[in-house]
Amino acid sequence: MSAAAPQVSRRAFLQSSLTASGGLLLQAALAPAAFAQDATAPPNPLGLYLRIEPDNRVFIGARCPEIGQGVKTSLPMIIADELDAAWTDVTVEQLPLGLDFSGATPQWRYGPQGAGGSTSIPGAWSDLRQVGAQARSLMRRAAAARWGVAAESVATQDGHALHPDGRRLSYGALAAEAAALPLPAAPVVLKARSEYRIIGRPQKVVDAHDIVSGRARYGIDVYEPGACTAVMLRCPYFDGDIAGYDDHAARAVPGVRAVVVVPGPKPGEPLTANLATGIAVVADDTWSALRGREALRVEWSRGPFAHESSAALDRQCGLLLARTGQIVRDDGDFTAARAAAARVVSARYRVPFVSHAPLEPENCFVHVQADRARVIGPLQQPAGAQRAVHLVTGIARPAITVEMTRSGGGFGRKLTNDFVAEAALISKATGLPIKLMWTRSDDLQHDFFRPFGHHELVAALDAAGAVSGWTHRLASASKYYRRPNMKPEDLWTAELYPDDFPARLVPNYRLEWHAVTSGIPRGSWRAPAHTANAFAVQSFLDEVALAADRDPLALRLAMLGADREFDYAQHGGPKFSTGRLRNVLERVAAAVGWGRALPKGRGIGLAAHFTFGGYAAHAIEVEVSPRGELAFRRVVCAIDCGQPVNPLGIEAQMQGGTIDGLSTALNLEISIEGGRVLQSNFDGYPLAAMAQMPRDIEVIIVDSAESPAGCGEMGIPTAAPALMNAIHAACGVRIRNLPMRDQLRDALRA
Amino acid sequence: MRFTVNGVEREFAGDGDMPLLWYLRDHARLTGTKYGCGAGICGACTVLVDGQPQRACLLPVATLAGRAVRTIEGLGESGLHAVQKAWIEEDVAQCGYCQAGQILAAAALLERRPDPSPEDVDTITNYCRCGTYARIRRAIARAARELSAK
Repeated sequence: MSAAAPQVSRRAFLQSSLTASGGLLLQAALAPAAFAQDATAPPNPLGLYLRIEPDNRVFIGARCPEIGQGVKTSLPMIIADELDAAWTDVTVEQLPLGLDFSGATPQWRYGPQGAGGSTSIPGAWSDLRQVGAQARSLMRRAAAARWGVAAESVATQDGHALHPDGRRLSYGALAAEAAALPLPAAPVVLKARSEYRIIGRPQKVVDAHDIVSGRARYGIDVYEPGACTAVMLRCPYFDGDIAGYDDHAARAVPGVRAVVVVPGPKPGEPLTANLATGIAVVADDTWSALRGREALRVEWSRGPFAHESSAALDRQCGLLLARTGQIVRDDGDFTAARAAAARVVSARYRVPFVSHAPLEPENCFVHVQADRARVIGPLQQPAGAQRAVHLVTGIARPAITVEMTRSGGGFGRKLTNDFVAEAALISKATGLPIKLMWTRSDDLQHDFFRPFGHHELVAALDAAGAVSGWTHRLASASKYYRRPNMKPEDLWTAELYPDDFPARLVPNYRLEWHAVTSGIPRGSWRAPAHTANAFAVQSFLDEVALAADRDPLALRLAMLGADREFDYAQHGGPKFSTGRLRNVLERVAAAVGWGRALPKGRGIGLAAHFTFGGYAAHAIEVEVSPRGELAFRRVVCAIDCGQPVNPLGIEAQMQGGTIDGLSTALNLEISIEGGRVLQSNFDGYPLAAMAQMPRDIEVIIVDSAESPAGCGEMGIPTAAPALMNAIHAACGVRIRNLPMRDQLRDALRA
Repeated sequence: MRFTVNGVEREFAGDGDMPLLWYLRDHARLTGTKYGCGAGICGACTVLVDGQPQRACLLPVATLAGRAVRTIEGLGESGLHAVQKAWIEEDVAQCGYCQAGQILAAAALLERRPDPSPEDVDTITNYCRCGTYARIRRAIARAARELSAK
């Protein structure tokens, strides 16, 4: 987010009105004035939050982008429950970006609209409940007036007001009268947990019918009248440039309309727009554009990172870890604990660059006109898309409309709006409405990759086998890429979260970071640093347990100790509960039958981690054949994300996160040679298909009254370490270098 | 050159090298068939050609003369196909982008193997980046039961 990050409006944020059809409309109070000044705002037949029609249909606006995390279902559930609507009467529609620029700082019309950091549910929980509750209050008062009874005596259920004598009136029948009533002056008292009828009960994906029939609209499905399709050939070398090009053959391809050079930022410049220099081919359709691109002849200058390679980065990490880096947390005296230790255990782990690879590659429709622009696309950060178009066109932000389609995955890739900026630049240069398409090769070669790093962990054990000292030393290329305004001494904050387990649980505890120099673009990959750190820490715990001759579960429980809460300053805080983490660990251990005798070649691995406010654990049972073939026998995970909003969605996210974690740990690495990415399609970046993955993934959802966390990222961090712990338990091979690929087979053959 | 898409006769006079995927999307505006890799790997573009699942991104339109193409939009003869219904019942989709291809691959499998074993299901190599595989298995089992009960 920029310094001018939009603020949630502090003004009274709702107003009610009558719709043309005699329904009730609830919208943001600032909307009329804002719309009057902002003639380019798209017409919004939905109203801003909620519309109740006379026939009792309820339309609820979904404010956050739907990228597969399920918020188009779960956020409206929150409104519907407090409203006491019947879920079967609810239709959900995607809201466009709503930013109001009439004040000193931009204000969110509908509340924050992003998809990242598992923030949608926790960010919406309180205000969306209030939206539903205020509408319900209007309905009760309208019914009370009709019946001449006290509002307090009117109950509600399934979209109806209930008279004490048993009479019923539908919300639809009351909508017009409700619209004439003033909204409650103060926040309405919300339901008690025992009164939830939709929250906490499994609800299916609202767009399911459209999805299975091929009608759901993604960014790639946007076909605006007169739009041309563009594809780009980007410089494959990090911060490289065009040395020369010949576009005659490209222009001669039938259907090609224009060829446009799209300059990238200078090396080191902040990343506010597009990522790389390239040449765009604009054509009547996708095939013509692709053929035109093939016909381009370009010579690249290889830029300042031409000698970068994966092997060189590994060597760089080795040299860095041979000296002392930036100490970013230092509790007690690790050096003394190490000197006094009865035993010292250490291990190094390597976590590779990986790509987001959403199955729908980046694409966007942008039409830049003289004084306005229109954006439609699969976006994770629509406000950022608006800002990117503003920066590359100069058009004022209020004159840039942004609509979000469904997105075929995101995983953090579409938080960065480089592809939106490119489409805007091409539209501006050609004067045409442009649908920019990225191919899979574009996507894998030009991602903002999950950082690579080497982790060295050292534990000091006292005579009783307790962990008295712990150091985690990390050499990595920080996720903070091209951020010249960020102080170098702060780059580590994206790489190590200093309050993560086992901070405060080990008296002498030190975290140390080393900056790896690399030109490869980096960014947020689903559950960012948690995926790397949980792999290292949770793998290492099993190595410590082995060295101390302790049971891996018993060691973890002993380290967590008594139930208590610690301050947690990073995202996901403000508190971390040892008891909640312990609980998910114990739940998966009990479910998988931890401690039972297993046949030869079988093993169970455990891991638990706190991610962005949610507590998750995995127990994985595998079988490893003498030839090193891996088979999943059982996969159990547990999540405590506070009050579950949609259990069916939570189960889906945990299953999906598990697959993502396992597929990545087994198969996936982005490697670098000669200053560019080697992989250019799924042959070199093989996501796991069904045959390689567990046939079932059991999900335990902890019932909790705590305020809800999200759940889009919690399923990933513990999957890989639980798997590697299981493999070690099964056959004694410890995988410390991701991805595993053939390492298990090679180790057992040797 | 003539072929049918979802039972409707189509005539094509353009570049015969154009993959079926782009014909379906850009020209026929049947957008349920998705682009994922353009290399025949991920299966997001799976369609049925004469009943067999094919990757539309690698299939030049010129090879389709006289053949019958079925896309997700034409899978259910009247209303939703049993596989599509099972997909809704098992709440399979997350982002949903790959699901048209998954459903067509599953429908073709069930034609071949009405009571598929887990190993039969393993032969479906379509990627789901969201990781809905466990629910895909359940949905295929449900659809198999529905179809065999008919």
